[in-house]
Amino acid sequence: MFYREAGQFKTSYSADQAIFPIRQDRLGLLLLGLVAVFAVPALANNYFLETIFVPFLVFAMAALGLNLLTGYCGQLSLGTGGFMACGAFFSFKLATAFPELHIVVVFLLAGLGTAGVGVLFGLPSLRIKGFYLAVATLAAQFFLVWMFNKFNWWTNYSPSGVISAPPREIIPGFFVTGNEASPAAKYVFLLIFVAVLALIAKNLVRSRTGRSWMAIRDMDIAAEIIGIRPLWAKLSAFAVSSFYIGISGALWAFVYTGSVEALAFQIDRSFQVLFMVIIGGLGSILGSFLGAAFIVLLPILLNNAPAALGIPLKVELISHLEFMIFGALIIFFLIVEPHGLARLWQIGKEKLRLWPFPY
Amino acid sequence: MNATATRFGIWMALVPLLIAILGLGLQGLAIIDTSLFFTWGYFLEVLIAGLLQGVLYSLVALGFVLIFKASGIFNFAQGSMVLFAALTMVGFIEMGLHWTLAFILAAGVMVVLAIVIEKVVLRPMVNQPHIILFMATIGIFYFLDGFGQTLWGSDVKVLDIGIPKDPMFVLPNVFEGGILINSFDLVAALVGAVLVAVLAVFFQYTRVGRALRAVADDHQAALSVGIPLKTIWAIVWSVAGIVALVAGIMWGSKAGVQFSLALIALKALPVLILGGFTSIPGAIVGGLIIGAGEQVAEVFLGPLVGGALQDWFAYMLALGFLLFRPQGLFGEKIIERI
Amino acid sequence: MKFKKFGLAAVGAAMLAGSLVLPGLAAAQEQFVPLLVYRTGPYAPNGIPIADGFNDYMQLINTRDGGINGIKYAWEECETQYNNDRGVECYERLKGNGPTGASVVNPYSTGITYALIDRATNDKVPVLSMGYGRADASDGRVFPYVFTMPITYWAGADVMVQYAKKESGGSLKGKKIALVYHDSAYGKEPIATLERLAKEEGYQFSTYPVAHPGLEQKATWLQIGRQLRPDWVFMWGWGVMNSTAIKEAAAVGFPMEKFIGIWWSGAEADVTPAGAAAKGYKSLNITGVGTSAPIFADIEKMHADGNGIADKANIGTVLYNRALVNAFLYTEAIRVAQGEFGVKSLTGEQVQWGMEHLNVTQAAIDKAGMTGLLSPVKITCADHEGGGSALVQQWDGAKWQAITDFISPNRDALRPAYEESAAQYAKEKGITPRSCS
Repeated sequence: MFYREAGQFKTSYSADQAIFPIRQDRLGLLLLGLVAVFAVPALANNYFLETIFVPFLVFAMAALGLNLLTGYCGQLSLGTGGFMACGAFFSFKLATAFPELHIVVVFLLAGLGTAGVGVLFGLPSLRIKGFYLAVATLAAQFFLVWMFNKFNWWTNYSPSGVISAPPREIIPGFFVTGNEASPAAKYVFLLIFVAVLALIAKNLVRSRTGRSWMAIRDMDIAAEIIGIRPLWAKLSAFAVSSFYIGISGALWAFVYTGSVEALAFQIDRSFQVLFMVIIGGLGSILGSFLGAAFIVLLPILLNNAPAALGIPLKVELISHLEFMIFGALIIFFLIVEPHGLARLWQIGKEKLRLWPFPY
Repeated sequence: MNATATRFGIWMALVPLLIAILGLGLQGLAIIDTSLFFTWGYFLEVLIAGLLQGVLYSLVALGFVLIFKASGIFNFAQGSMVLFAALTMVGFIEMGLHWTLAFILAAGVMVVLAIVIEKVVLRPMVNQPHIILFMATIGIFYFLDGFGQTLWGSDVKVLDIGIPKDPMFVLPNVFEGGILINSFDLVAALVGAVLVAVLAVFFQYTRVGRALRAVADDHQAALSVGIPLKTIWAIVWSVAGIVALVAGIMWGSKAGVQFSLALIALKALPVLILGGFTSIPGAIVGGLIIGAGEQVAEVFLGPLVGGALQDWFAYMLALGFLLFRPQGLFGEKIIERI
Repeated sequence: MKFKKFGLAAVGAAMLAGSLVLPGLAAAQEQFVPLLVYRTGPYAPNGIPIADGFNDYMQLINTRDGGINGIKYAWEECETQYNNDRGVECYERLKGNGPTGASVVNPYSTGITYALIDRATNDKVPVLSMGYGRADASDGRVFPYVFTMPITYWAGADVMVQYAKKESGGSLKGKKIALVYHDSAYGKEPIATLERLAKEEGYQFSTYPVAHPGLEQKATWLQIGRQLRPDWVFMWGWGVMNSTAIKEAAAVGFPMEKFIGIWWSGAEADVTPAGAAAKGYKSLNITGVGTSAPIFADIEKMHADGNGIADKANIGTVLYNRALVNAFLYTEAIRVAQGEFGVKSLTGEQVQWGMEHLNVTQAAIDKAGMTGLLSPVKITCADHEGGGSALVQQWDGAKWQAITDFISPNRDALRPAYEESAAQYAKEKGITPRSCS
């Protein structure tokens, strides 16, 4: 009823190929954007901004990167934590070695560096596949974290191996990292940064490159026969994915926590991002955001629910229950909708289109 | 099976040679870089310690292989099954039961768990892609972690079933100071060997074992000749649960039964890729190679780069093997070219 | 995206409901303390007695004394699972509770401490990292809101060397000392100090990192026990790494009497899993051992009256005592602050003032019934470590026994190291150190 595209005619190819061909989608997105930019920082308190919105955006970025590799190109990777560490430490070295460099440039350069590392560790994908590849990417995970932990050069010889983000401004007087940065400033900066990169990703997967990734994912032999070079497609997927993941690592260290040690990017981090991608929906940009929201919010929600409902439970019991419910919910979701939240959203849209009629 | 046996034989013949070459290489390194330390007695000691350690990895890897072989599921929850099994057994011992009785009861609990997993998780997800099933096992991982701790608490627990722990020194007249062997590791290795032998007999000669191999070969064909797929799955998960219990006892009496036990699953992954996901001998040989390789690397190469390299070294070693054999040492050969 | 919005709204509603309920309960004059605990996860065996100690001490103050000069404690636990993001989330959630917000935060995790330094400084909430966290935060000019009393890792390393020197007949010249450490920010803390002392004392120093979580130490101990054969082994371990290290050390026949752990490697949970192998193992401790201090009679009575919170089995354990001392220290700081700002609910900023003027004398310790549990501490604006000391304890197979008195580290050499490291931090972060004179 409300969501019907009847009467919206496409009169040009470019209109037909638009990212959001339906007017309601465009309006909805615009509204969401306005709410996110203006209403959220105005209404949400620092707790919400600092512990929900900021990590959500950082994780969404990482999930987006992994989704490009795993969801679109079909290469299962468990090295996400290692690549995030690359981004964090590269940007720390860049930011401290060249203090005059603008922070966005630092992030982008760190992303590029991570892309290089990603290509290097993507090379085995030319020969091994599936779970074997997943475990092989674990080599990257363990090696990278070990390297950043071991060599003091990465931390500017800090005696403990912890890096602290130096204060940087995005525009003069508007700090996004360091002590003076306000949560709202961090949030708005992240929002715009992530939104722009997500838009680029969305366009990328609709391009020739993205199509070649999906061809490799669906059937690599057939893809090769129709003229797609597996070498180029796989390595470009590793590069672009690592670029996004690297930036998310840099954002994690600089904007979210402010100080970080290599052990923050342990294997758990890789799994966490993989959950987001699978729960959100493999091969969906929107899914990356939904998955990140789900994984970031659910534990906090479960943890706060008993107190909010006034049920007095011991913290350890809450925490155990949280584990159990989290596990049970993952299984439940996979049984109900193995293609993730993004698929649920699509089904919802279909239903909305027909509503109030059954078909 | 015959081809595997032949390959196994060739490897066994090569092993002493490889060890000698490795030792000579390290000796050479120690001559070049005087900060490194090398004697043959010490080298053998490290190697033996590594091999014994490797058997413990194999025990964990074995659980993965059983499930992957029968159902194609990469069971991420194996680590938490190890923890859960060990916690349950300690729980029963703390109730005052003798450890053999506790073992039997804990094994029973693992069988029940397997049946529940099959009914609640696996059955609704038949025919889903592997990655989805993999995710589901991660769900099981979280659930078991929470459940085990709710039931038995998060305290560290002592599990002692009377395995000797004293160091032994062998061949004292050949090498200066003898070669130190940890008697606990030796016992653990023996238990591991017995378990593998029992499993091999079980799969080779029993009816269930044959059915299981049929299922592993081809689900549909097995179903069409009347093999009950679901029963087989429940049995495989039960066996994997019991293997987890044995692994849990071995690791638990080494380090105490606590949450960290779930993390040893990570040590089994390089063993798996090295040996191949579908091969029981692969898990054993892979465990031995990874165990020996990482100990030798840590002891003799670690000082060059500042140590603590055994974690990634195991993966790098496995990766190196994979580049030459993409299906692992004993994995099923799938012929395809890309 | 509607699902997301819906989810956020749901969380928002839940939080709002939560925040509406709590102030209603806490309307009176109260001193709120957020407790970041880890009763689950890999470090729960350590986290549980710590949390119990905090609960019992504050409960004791409330039930026995009716609060600090009548101002009762209010506190809320939040489970961090020893996880940095969770710790930050807990801190952000609890910092505004109570009538005046958080008085003090005790993260009990080096990682969470690092993550909270910036935030707490901004929010003007003192961080009391008692025997963990950044050693260089002892320089109060750069870290006004971080307190490291009574002693830091660097000072702990100094105490270990002093003890080893005394036991080795007054000289360490030509001796070999090995450090086994958790390969993380925490484990690396003592290396610089031990290297400096190696030059001064003339011992040969080697390091052995152990990868997290520390279940794998066979290679490490083969190197130590069969190749290096050191005179002393020091350990900076945590959680399962400790008991594994003790077992592996026993497996290569290394004598336990020569094996000293830092105070995070010396709790009951660290030695009991190793069984009989651990007998004779030593560790440092920043608090006294056992239940001989007079305060335990009051705690017993509180439990007998049914007001106790802790699991009774944890009373008197190493980490329980440490939490008692920790709670005692901030209680004293609040008393000092009440003297300045009046008897009422104090803000974090006022408690920080109290901490900077804290002077816990032996008389004050005796008065509080804490005799033997800690040594005197005096904090100033510049010195946030306060001159505390540590003792050496030994595991006799059933319980920990103190085998030395409190040993004072040699701070003349440590202080310049703190200041140098803090100055580097200040430079990187663009902080202008405040003046303390």
